[in-house]
Amino acid sequence: MRAKYVLSEVLVGLWRNVTMTIAMMITMTVSLSMLGASLLMYRQVDKMRAYYYQEVEVSIYLKGDVTPEQRSALDGRLHADPLVKEVFYEDKQMAYENFQKMFQDAKDMVESVSAAEMPESFRVKLNDPKQFTAINQQYREAEGVQSIVDQQQLLQKVFDVLGAIQSLSLIVAAVMGIAALLLVANTIQVAAYSKRREVAVMKLVGASNWFIQMPFVLEAVFAAVLGSLLAGGLLIVTKVFVLEGSLQALTNLLTPVDWGDVWLMFPILAGVGGLISAMTAWITLRFYIRV
Amino acid sequence: MIRLDHVTKTYPKAARPSLDDVSVSIEKGDFVFFIGPSGSGKSTIIKLLLREISPNRGKVNVNGKEISSMRSWKIPHFRRSIGCVFQDFRLLPNKTAYENVAFALEVIGKSKAVARRVVPEVLELVGLGGKEHRYPHELSGGEQQRVAVARAFVNRPLILLADEPTGNLDPDTSIEIMRLLDRINRTGTTVVMVTHDSNIVNQMRRRVIEIEGGRIVRDQARGVYG
Repeated sequence: MRAKYVLSEVLVGLWRNVTMTIAMMITMTVSLSMLGASLLMYRQVDKMRAYYYQEVEVSIYLKGDVTPEQRSALDGRLHADPLVKEVFYEDKQMAYENFQKMFQDAKDMVESVSAAEMPESFRVKLNDPKQFTAINQQYREAEGVQSIVDQQQLLQKVFDVLGAIQSLSLIVAAVMGIAALLLVANTIQVAAYSKRREVAVMKLVGASNWFIQMPFVLEAVFAAVLGSLLAGGLLIVTKVFVLEGSLQALTNLLTPVDWGDVWLMFPILAGVGGLISAMTAWITLRFYIRV
Repeated sequence: MIRLDHVTKTYPKAARPSLDDVSVSIEKGDFVFFIGPSGSGKSTIIKLLLREISPNRGKVNVNGKEISSMRSWKIPHFRRSIGCVFQDFRLLPNKTAYENVAFALEVIGKSKAVARRVVPEVLELVGLGGKEHRYPHELSGGEQQRVAVARAFVNRPLILLADEPTGNLDPDTSIEIMRLLDRINRTGTTVVMVTHDSNIVNQMRRRVIEIEGGRIVRDQARGVYG
């Protein structure tokens, strides 16, 4: 009977103040979806790092006039180097084939270059991809070396962009979160005011504090959980229509977002939203309903 | 049953104390009037006994419990042993007489079945049999106060506090309410009533404690308003 009482109080409370409830839910939805997006992005950057670090290579380009002795000396050094995991030699012809493949859409560009003009290179995988500087220092001045390029540095730029987007969405999440909490506090005040007679009687006859406060707190939690469901829905829509829709090309470059991670956002967002708004409601009540 | 021990209460920003070193003892089953002019500190006593406020100095002992230092989470349970009625009735306007009384039971965790058994009984006791399903605005002032008394008494409290319960009622209705309080007192319930209704005090001939300027100036066993 008490559960039924509390539940009906919650629903009546939300309905009585329905415009505020909607405002509360919208801000919660935006805030929580931003939080969810930045969490997903965090996971994503992690996964991409792991993925690309396996693939990432250091390219040591050789000079056009490199002698076979210089080449084999380099090859020997690289094979003996403890920093190096794998070495792969790419000759002019292979470089040309790769070039053709990469720029197959730009015929003019392919035709303007011949195999002889392509640089030879050693493609080196490092045991620890972060050791690029050491490799660079050791081989930069070696005979026959033209330049050393670290793919990781290119990748880092991608990560920087992702990191910036992530920070931005966290900031939006925080700002909207504050707005949502203020709305929760306001809603609870209005609810407590509209039920002040009931509250006064309950205090008078000795209803326990949790019993008096529970409907108000649950009202806030209910709105937060609804908001988190909407936020989760928003994430799904984003994945289906944006990441796998209009941004398909970019998504292929990045690693795809797992459904598992998206589903995981539901309990996380509901938990975070529910807990924070319950605490906000409870703190607000401590000011408005004194024993 | 109730003991105030050198109790002093000064409200924040007040120039002088509402109660100034007041000591009084009330036994189980007593019927006590606190009288005095407005602002003399009568209502402060009710608030202290309900533990809505705490004294600055001294001790308040109710039902053998030291309530002035009681932890706040224990207060709700303590209040279940006390009933209280006020000048303004404090009924819920959107609930019937029955629902108003049942509400007081439900919010302290009693089942609907208990309410169905107990509420009609107590409404009968206060003389509202047959009017259970009227809303407060459909009842006269005296009847509304009877509902409030029923609500205060439904839990069979050891103590009934009444803060000017006849303040909004005409003399005849007031006397009916007093008869009701008297009947409740005869069941063994201690009744503490704050009033400045001299007629009632003179008719009842019960213990009268007069307060003036926060101090007890008279305490008579079978007193009159004076």
